[in-house]
Amino acid sequence: MVQRRKKVIIIGGGLAGLSAAMKLCERNADVVIVSFQNLKRSHSVCAQGGINAAVDAKNEGDTPEKHFYDTIKGGDFLAHQPLVRDMCHQAPAIIHLLDRIGVAFNRNEEGRLAFRRFGGTLYSRTAFAGATTGQQLVYSLDEQVRRYEHDGMVERLEWHEYLSAVIDDQGVCRGAVLQDLRTNKIFTVKGDVVILATGGPGQVYVRSTNSVVNTGAAATTAYLQGAKYGNGEFIQIHPTAIPGQDKLRLMSESARGEGGRVWVPRKAGDTRNPLKIPEAERYYFLEENYPLYGNLVPRDVASREIYEIVYNKSMGVGGEPMVYLDLTHKSEEYLQDRLGGILDIYRKFTGDDPKKIPMRIFPAVHYSMGGLWTDYERDSAGFIDHGSPRNQSTSIPGLYAAGEADYQYHGANRLGANSLLSCIYTGLMMSRAVINFSDNLNKSYEDVPSTVFEQAESQWVSRFKEIKQMDGSENPYQLHKDLGDVMMAGALIVRDNSTLEKTVASVKDIETRFKDVKCVDTNNWANPVPSFINQLHCMIELSKIITKGALLRDEFRGAHYKPEFDLQQPKNFDPYEYIDYLERKKNGEEVSIYPEGHLEYMERFEANNKKWLKSTIAEYKDNEPAISYEDIDTSILTPRPRKYD
Amino acid sequence: MNARKSVRLTVKRQSAPAAEPYWESFDIPWKPRANIISCLQDIQCRPVTAEGKDVNPIAWDCNCLEEVCGSCTMVINGKVRQACTALIDQLELPIYLEPMTKFPTQRDLQVDRSRIFENLKKVKAWVPIDGSHDQGEGPVISDQTRAQRYVLSECMSCGCCLEACPQFSLDNKFMGAATFSQVRLFNLHPTGAMHTEERLEAVMGEGGITDCGNAQVCVEVCPKNIPLTESIADIGRQTTLQTIKNIFQK
Repeated sequence: MVQRRKKVIIIGGGLAGLSAAMKLCERNADVVIVSFQNLKRSHSVCAQGGINAAVDAKNEGDTPEKHFYDTIKGGDFLAHQPLVRDMCHQAPAIIHLLDRIGVAFNRNEEGRLAFRRFGGTLYSRTAFAGATTGQQLVYSLDEQVRRYEHDGMVERLEWHEYLSAVIDDQGVCRGAVLQDLRTNKIFTVKGDVVILATGGPGQVYVRSTNSVVNTGAAATTAYLQGAKYGNGEFIQIHPTAIPGQDKLRLMSESARGEGGRVWVPRKAGDTRNPLKIPEAERYYFLEENYPLYGNLVPRDVASREIYEIVYNKSMGVGGEPMVYLDLTHKSEEYLQDRLGGILDIYRKFTGDDPKKIPMRIFPAVHYSMGGLWTDYERDSAGFIDHGSPRNQSTSIPGLYAAGEADYQYHGANRLGANSLLSCIYTGLMMSRAVINFSDNLNKSYEDVPSTVFEQAESQWVSRFKEIKQMDGSENPYQLHKDLGDVMMAGALIVRDNSTLEKTVASVKDIETRFKDVKCVDTNNWANPVPSFINQLHCMIELSKIITKGALLRDEFRGAHYKPEFDLQQPKNFDPYEYIDYLERKKNGEEVSIYPEGHLEYMERFEANNKKWLKSTIAEYKDNEPAISYEDIDTSILTPRPRKYD
Repeated sequence: MNARKSVRLTVKRQSAPAAEPYWESFDIPWKPRANIISCLQDIQCRPVTAEGKDVNPIAWDCNCLEEVCGSCTMVINGKVRQACTALIDQLELPIYLEPMTKFPTQRDLQVDRSRIFENLKKVKAWVPIDGSHDQGEGPVISDQTRAQRYVLSECMSCGCCLEACPQFSLDNKFMGAATFSQVRLFNLHPTGAMHTEERLEAVMGEGGITDCGNAQVCVEVCPKNIPLTESIADIGRQTTLQTIKNIFQK
């Protein structure tokens, strides 16, 4: 057993990485935290609307169990249930912690936390700090980590990039290969555990709501080193974003949580000023089609409805693929207090004031439900064993993942305001796993032959030397844009197999063109191009995981919508019928008692779940993702059809 | 405005911290809704100067592209601001891009802003909690105080206020408005207030609040409209009281 303080290398300074760093410092570990830029710049700052916790502050009868149910249902039952349940039960304590470290959460008249509505639930369970909640959470956690840095327990390696894990001949991760982004020097850092808290892969699509650093390269490198990647094809398309050349900026779901209404003119091509269009001539399609949840249906549902309106019905505003998101019925003062941050963003980028005129928005790539496969351990009662070293471990021992980089909390579709929660939950929860794993190591990194580290380093030194010598005809940034176009065209809201086959082939073409890339920067100081070329290579590999997974999964689940395999839920179907049906079937009772078409639908649903209610697992073999499927723990809630109307 | 066919960017470049700076111009096809970032991205895709010379793409810092991360600060047409919200159609042509001058240049438009973060350590810009285990709800705070704190807490450490400040320079120790404002933020929190004295002592020494020349330009350039001059005045009052207190106590 290792007697000294544990040493943990955390890659990424967003919410997951900062939470893990804070908690590990409390557990007396030495932490090295690695980030592309200064820690306050991580993508978590882009989260806007809030963070979920069922504290029932409005006396609506909310409970963590309901939060759990909403999350599982929102994810179309594809998440491992014991973990999600644990997360939802921990959520109130997490909110209280965040409150104690000084997050400027909005408050009620008594000076306690205020909560608002969000998508996929009927309860007000979202705590928020204006409309820049992610930024506020990052700052507060960063401040706690700075405090430990002040006390000498944290080393910040900012302006550094993670290149890969150092894996010894027993297959155990012993450290990380890093590159200093200023000197461009490549070196290794030794540690008991490496945590990848590296966020999502939105840059695979180029234009998304994601930040520039969200290439998914770190997680993909782990996959290339043998780690399993889970549910890659489940990419969330957020229904409301603002168009831009460089980025599709997010317009938070909280705009709808605070009463924002989505509509288009009833008459296609109506060119009138939206304020001049009378109420009766507006089509509030979400409210009409989903009377119960209205504008707050989950994101996959809202994005599909917008797609239907603008593409299949050609009813987009001004003939463009856009719809109105309208807040003009709310007072300006209220809007500034609750949503000021995002409304300012809209105004700055479009020139229109959303307090006065409806916003024009459309869907954009936003979040990856999939990510590195990570483990967990259930105790005999079915609860998560927080002491188990298996929690959040990837399939490479000693390499852990947390936050958007992992795969197991959001199933086939994430609910709004659950991502901040899963980032912080995983970051905090994994600390015991990390310490216990380090305690159990029979050999410490000090006893690993130095050649293991030297080899890992020299491999990357020569890889970067090769990249710098690339002198073909393809500009890497242009090739990245082309990859984005391919992915946007083939793996978005509506998917079909013939298009996906073409997309798989197009990604292959991009891969071929990649060999002809030119390293367009010859500088030997702070040269970002070789590093970008390596990230582009990873993005191509990740595109293969996403497209192959999507092609093979012949069903409609959450964000993965293939109309061909839509099970056609009858209009008047009640999901409870399915529970009743299973019960009757189990007891050998009559099942032909349901309204016309319902039994057939339920049989289709059952058969489909039997085949497809499984995690997609991608493993790197012969330059390809080898896809297999793993069972999901559905021990708590019986998977059933989703319904939001 | 939309009649523009191309946009000229004239960029101050530098290959390394000790290298000599030089200027290069680039012509980029006009696109709707373009901003400085999208133009720099276009140059990455085709790094050729207006004179037709192949050059290295421009190095700059950016991340969120929606003015919440604070990364892409640069001097655009002589004014320090975020590049992401600098829309081409709202700028005078040609557009001049320069790195900030109050922080050491790393390469092209990239500078090293470590000093901002070191200052945050000096003033203990954090709430000193006992531990992250569950201890129930946080302190009761009125929504008015919350609103006051929230505005201060939106500081992205972007450096605009420091670049504009005549007092803040490459070779002195002046902390600047961003840091003073953080002192105010944490002194406003019931638990944070337990370290009020330490924070005030930290801004009463060299580079502290008394070095402020009251030029008031910080507040004009802040992309988040943080009331920096109010913070400076408030911290000025707090330190004065602290000085008087020190006279009686020491």
